[in-house]
Amino acid sequence: MAIDQVRGARKVGRYALLTVLAVVVIFPIYMMVVGSLKPGNKVLVNPLLPTNFTTKTLSEAWRSGHLGRALWNSALVSTIITFAQVVTAILAAYAFAFLKFPGKSIVFVAFLATLLVPLEATLTVNRRTMQDLSWINSYKSLTIPFLATAFGIFMIRQVFLQIPKEMHEAASMDGLGRLGFMWQVAVPLSRPTIGALALFSFLSSWNQYLWPTLVTTDKNYNTVQTGLRALKASSIDKPNLVIAGTVIVALPIFIVLVIFQRQLIRGLTAGAVKG
Amino acid sequence: MKRRWRDCGLAALMLGPSAAVLALFVVYPLIKAIWLGQQRCGVTTCSNSGFHQYLDAFRSNEFQDALIVTAKYALFTVPIGLVLGVGLAVLADKYMRGVGIFRTVFSSTVATSVAVASVMWFFLLNPNVGVLAEWIGGVAKTPGLLQQPGYALWAVSASSIWANLGFTFIVVTAGLQGVPKDLYESAFVDGAGPFTRFTNVTLPMISPTLLFASVVLTTRAFQSFGEVDLLTGGGPKGETTTLTYLAYGSGLPTSNDDGLRATVSVLLFFVLLILALVQFRGLEKRVHYGN
Repeated sequence: MAIDQVRGARKVGRYALLTVLAVVVIFPIYMMVVGSLKPGNKVLVNPLLPTNFTTKTLSEAWRSGHLGRALWNSALVSTIITFAQVVTAILAAYAFAFLKFPGKSIVFVAFLATLLVPLEATLTVNRRTMQDLSWINSYKSLTIPFLATAFGIFMIRQVFLQIPKEMHEAASMDGLGRLGFMWQVAVPLSRPTIGALALFSFLSSWNQYLWPTLVTTDKNYNTVQTGLRALKASSIDKPNLVIAGTVIVALPIFIVLVIFQRQLIRGLTAGAVKG
Repeated sequence: MKRRWRDCGLAALMLGPSAAVLALFVVYPLIKAIWLGQQRCGVTTCSNSGFHQYLDAFRSNEFQDALIVTAKYALFTVPIGLVLGVGLAVLADKYMRGVGIFRTVFSSTVATSVAVASVMWFFLLNPNVGVLAEWIGGVAKTPGLLQQPGYALWAVSASSIWANLGFTFIVVTAGLQGVPKDLYESAFVDGAGPFTRFTNVTLPMISPTLLFASVVLTTRAFQSFGEVDLLTGGGPKGETTTLTYLAYGSGLPTSNDDGLRATVSVLLFFVLLILALVQFRGLEKRVHYGN
């Protein structure tokens, strides 16, 4: 009886602690959502519970921040990058996992070494390249430098290596051919990892901040991140508007992550989403 | 022997697309940046100024200050972020009714991009409209934590710790699920209390996860740009000018000079390289990898 009581008390304590911590963690998000629905300008100060709601702020943020366009741009750019990164990674990973060619390990190490180069070290020169090609303010500059990653190649190669070599040989005897084996056997077997890579690529490109600020000046090419930056700069005296903008920008990713929770966990533990 | 070469053409075709992208947008710019980093550039032209520019830049007050700011920022955000992430993950690990809700809440900040999180915190801490500024009072009201020397970097860190919490929580939770349950049971039978079980079973078993999380968080801290750009613009008095902001921010000596930008970004590359080596050397020894 006494032990049960101690356990019961512990359990209640644990729930209480978890609840307090959850409230603290969710608080900024709560304030933003509530703030975006409040009329007037002192959106974030008390009262914490608004008395009257309006969707006018959200629709005004949508309009004056050109957020529809920004969401479309981000979706387009991220989808192109994701698709390309997955395809280039599968192709290269297949070569590294199943093909025999001289110097394979050296080439592989060379690919991996590019992981050591931080994005920040390359952006100045890449921006100059974009300028020389007249790609500033275009989808080309937002996508083309990111169509392949060594990280993706490495990730897919690791799962391809787990596929027994005999399957590869059997497939080539069956006349399936190399490409047939890749698309009909290797890729389906690696679907969880490919899914994780896809989500990881999508989030990374969706969250890109520094590069788009360097290669776009035209608001027609704003992504959601640079669109939010522009909205903050232009409407600094209208906090409610900017806050409504953050809600609009954050919402699609919340939905995507709720749908793809499992891929997220796999993707995050295999690599990290850059901010 | 014939087989060795047979795959060559196919391999080249398959590696080609990736190789081209990586060569053009990772390898070439790095090499070019090393060259550009010894030049000074105007709007249209650049001229050589010599490789001592790297040494000069490294020794400059701006670079040294930014290096210290970045190191401090990492020291503020990484340990606190890890402790909070591990704490939350351990608390929410037990099979309890409704634990899923808490997990969702603790993971939720992973959905906020740097821009979203920074704009949120900018307004939460805003002296005129921010509820946190209102509650904290004092310097948080005038001039505001983000403008107050001595506080600004902490304020940026708070935003970043919050934004990264979801990531750390998810990674550590996944790590905890890999710890075999019978280890806890035998520790329990041996009379180990909850704290001993945590220090002697949980921590060693999740040490690879912790190494991974700390490497990622440290790298992120050293590459932070968006939070500085949106929260403080590098101020007050350069107190939040991190290395990446020094290279790419506005209103700095580097801003209109691609040569100097390249100098700083190449130096940043070496700082990150050294950091990665140190982390793996120092931490790997203490990490327990299960068989």
